Amino acid sequence: MRVNFTVNGRQQEADDVWEGESLLYVLRERMGLPGSKNACEQGECGSCTVRLDGVPVCSCLVAAGQVEGREVVTVEGLADYAKQRAEHGGCATGTCGTSLDAAKSWEARPLDGQAGEQGELSPIQQAFIDAGAVQCGFCTPGLLVAADELLERNAEPSDADIREALSGNLCRCTGYEKILDAVRLAAARQEEAV
Amino acid sequence: MAQHPQVATAPAGTPTNLSQGSKTKGGIGESTLRPDGTLKVTGEFAYSSDMWHEDMLWGHTLRSTVAHAEIKSIDIGEAVAMPGVYAVLTYDDLPTEVKNYGLEIQDTPVLAHGKVRHHGEPVALVAADHPETARRAAAKIKIEYAELPLITDEASATAPGAILVHEGRDDHHIGHVPHPNIVHRQPIVRGNADEAAARADVVVKGEYTFGMQDQAFLGPESGLAVPSEDGGVELYVATQWLHSDLRQIAPVLGLPEEKVRMTLSGVGGAFGGREDLSMQIHACLLALRTGKPVKIVYNRFESFFGHVHRHPAKLHYEHGATKDGKLTHLKCRIVLDGGAYASASPAVVGNASSLSVGPYVVDDVDIEAIALYTNNPPCGAMRGFGAVQACFAYEAQMDKLAAKLGMDPVEFRQLNAMEQGTIMPTGQPVDSPAPVAELLRRVKAMPLPPEQQWLAAGEEADVRALPGGLSNTTHGEGVVRGIGYAVGIKNVGFSEGFDDYSTARVRMEVVGGEPVATVHTAMAEVGQGGVTVHAQIARTELGVTQVTIHPADTQVGSAGSTSASRQTYVTGGAVKHTCEKVREKVLELGRRKFGSYHPAWATAELLLEGGKVVTDGGEVLADLVDVLEGDAVDLELEWRHRPTEAFDLVTGQGHGHVQYSFAAHRAVVEVDTELGLVKVIELACAQDVGKALNPLSVVGQIQGGTTQGLGVAVMEEIIVDPKTAKVLNPSFTDYLIPTILDTPTIPVDVLELADDHAPYGLRGIGEAPTLSSTPAVLAAIRNATGLELNRTPVRPEHLTGT
Repeated sequence: MRVNFTVNGRQQEADDVWEGESLLYVLRERMGLPGSKNACEQGECGSCTVRLDGVPVCSCLVAAGQVEGREVVTVEGLADYAKQRAEHGGCATGTCGTSLDAAKSWEARPLDGQAGEQGELSPIQQAFIDAGAVQCGFCTPGLLVAADELLERNAEPSDADIREALSGNLCRCTGYEKILDAVRLAAARQEEAV
Repeated sequence: MAQHPQVATAPAGTPTNLSQGSKTKGGIGESTLRPDGTLKVTGEFAYSSDMWHEDMLWGHTLRSTVAHAEIKSIDIGEAVAMPGVYAVLTYDDLPTEVKNYGLEIQDTPVLAHGKVRHHGEPVALVAADHPETARRAAAKIKIEYAELPLITDEASATAPGAILVHEGRDDHHIGHVPHPNIVHRQPIVRGNADEAAARADVVVKGEYTFGMQDQAFLGPESGLAVPSEDGGVELYVATQWLHSDLRQIAPVLGLPEEKVRMTLSGVGGAFGGREDLSMQIHACLLALRTGKPVKIVYNRFESFFGHVHRHPAKLHYEHGATKDGKLTHLKCRIVLDGGAYASASPAVVGNASSLSVGPYVVDDVDIEAIALYTNNPPCGAMRGFGAVQACFAYEAQMDKLAAKLGMDPVEFRQLNAMEQGTIMPTGQPVDSPAPVAELLRRVKAMPLPPEQQWLAAGEEADVRALPGGLSNTTHGEGVVRGIGYAVGIKNVGFSEGFDDYSTARVRMEVVGGEPVATVHTAMAEVGQGGVTVHAQIARTELGVTQVTIHPADTQVGSAGSTSASRQTYVTGGAVKHTCEKVREKVLELGRRKFGSYHPAWATAELLLEGGKVVTDGGEVLADLVDVLEGDAVDLELEWRHRPTEAFDLVTGQGHGHVQYSFAAHRAVVEVDTELGLVKVIELACAQDVGKALNPLSVVGQIQGGTTQGLGVAVMEEIIVDPKTAKVLNPSFTDYLIPTILDTPTIPVDVLELADDHAPYGLRGIGEAPTLSSTPAVLAAIRNATGLELNRTPVRPEHLTGT
């Protein structure tokens, strides 16, 4: 079947999609967007978390056909999504997403863990790097999408709020302490910026 | 108000031989950020399962549905006939006479031949144009099994007339094991445990059971094999040791090693589970057969069968002590279940036995550790490697002894704590700081979390802070608190005479008007942060800011394994050593070009700092740009730590270990005694790291290791049906690892007492925190409930007696 949907602000069309294929498979193997990770593929680990019409979901549990006509934001579009949100105060208009030019700017940066001068990273992405919340990094994309959504609806989350919001995302490397640090850091920076 | 990331506290002892030329920004001792961090947060970092190639096929493995059986027949007819299927391979298709592989003993079949020895053993391979096609084709392969009796424990393995898991063994352990179903046996006898026991005023005995833990790294086993024009193959794969893989892969493929070119792709965690091969040979076989690139990605179900696990163990311990609290003797027997294939079992036995006494002074010991061959899932390397199981038992014993003597458990441990100069049960003196009593003092001194945290003044109970959490199972009634302590000792690096070297290639040149160093090693970055630290070392030694880390591949010499807490020590040591030699060459170059301009070139100690050549008095002699202009310095060198020796097979004596690392934990738990639910409130750790090359990464490693120990204390276990030897919970639905709700605050106190024998005085850090967190949590649960609890993980039924 053919599936039409929006990914990170760009209209996409996937052909010859088998009915059983997940959104995760279509993103990773057909769209060339491997940022959403395939750790358990049964909705237990949260590594494949994306926003579907704004709602965080495990993309491994969403059948590709279910996204027809809908909007998906993955970790690859997170920086632009956050930027648009900061500029427009929300993303309900469907203007959030990544332009082709912006997509081309996603290149390896030379300095350790530093974003380029344009600051392409979203606050939560930079906070994860700064707080040491990235080790092997396999859980990171899903955690970033979930944490960004938390901060969107709760600018000053308590530790209990953070733990509750991220309880669907497994991390095997960090012991979570630095992930908590990162979310607190992003929230504090957000507060300073306002 | 946000709390900013916590970094290591200031060192207690200030080592004298650690810092050198740290004026270059981003050198050792700084919390430099990861060079791969940006790629990892944008989703661009290419993990092994993200690899893609034009015209790529998907490989799939068919695995045995029974644990022990003869294979009567395999019919691949229907599978081969399916549209989209390019190849179906069985044992008969292996191209050479080499059909097995293994880390030490080559007993693991690439594909089962004649019989299967464990549930999930690979039997056949399929390559197809869609992963689902490959899976469906594999399901159409018909295998006829004739089931055999099962060997599942020590009794069945050594029973008279027991079936041998491996007939006709010819490995080098067979001569000294009491039964062919025992992989390896290591006794350690020192002093006279029987005579010493007579001096004991109290004796405690215990039998402990340690469940089978899984590494549960998030990035599944995966990789891409691409056939090359010269008949060889390129393999992009997530592994812990490229050269070890290469040594095992090439003979099976019938290719010389230079025709198997391996490159490390992104590794989503490892923890020992990627020391053994998984899909490497399978992908190469399919690629060479089809002439097309083949990608294999395990799903989580298959991942549980695709790697070895932590050895489950039965531990029998007897300790004695005098009434003034001094340990008299230790008698122990540790039985590790190695499963169907040897993997790292011999080395795990060596560690379990030589570290079975823990970080304590006991002069009279009688120790035995064995690993069994059974039809259970194969077990091998996992973080802590034999020392974890022992620590669980000896720490429970310490609490029992302290209770029997009416002593404080921490003071009892401190009274018996080893220190620098203590002789290990293997006869080896501990020749670097061993701050066991101090680490215990530090965790005990940390402030305790407030009682009844679920109650905030004037508000209703916040159930999220209670055992059971959002399940709303209690509002605090029946909840009791307990506190427990534990400390452990782990060896660093490969032991028992292993030639544990690493290789680094370092190049210095001018690029774009700046001096740049390139560091090339075959070290597997599995998340631990080696890439960060290598750049820090190069900056420190070479005085440059710009350091490029070359991708890890087999075009440079071996770096050894990213395991045994060894990589910063050994490959970090190799980078340091090579940088020192590069520095000498750079200075020679400088002398040739500029030596006549200033006498200090010939007379002073010269350093490279901040992009310049400077004297030890701080006088600048030249810019590195000018020294290097038109030239490049490039060296590839090997580096070794001090040699070790094998343990004597009868007495266990020998200088077997290079270095030890120590960590202590204090656990605070709350237990709902009615439902048997445990919430760990806090898990504080104090660890000696020798020198924190990157404090941010050090703390991250300690917290991660602590959490894996917490997992095995209260939830993690691969459950194998004792009747069928089948794995009952191969999924993240049924195999539980701690979530952020299960994991408490983990305050970390980092001590830095330099080991004079190690580069910069550093100590391997990754494994020690996994040892003591499990027994600390158990001790806290015992403290809360008064129950004996000799098994891990603790389950609700153990707490409620149901």
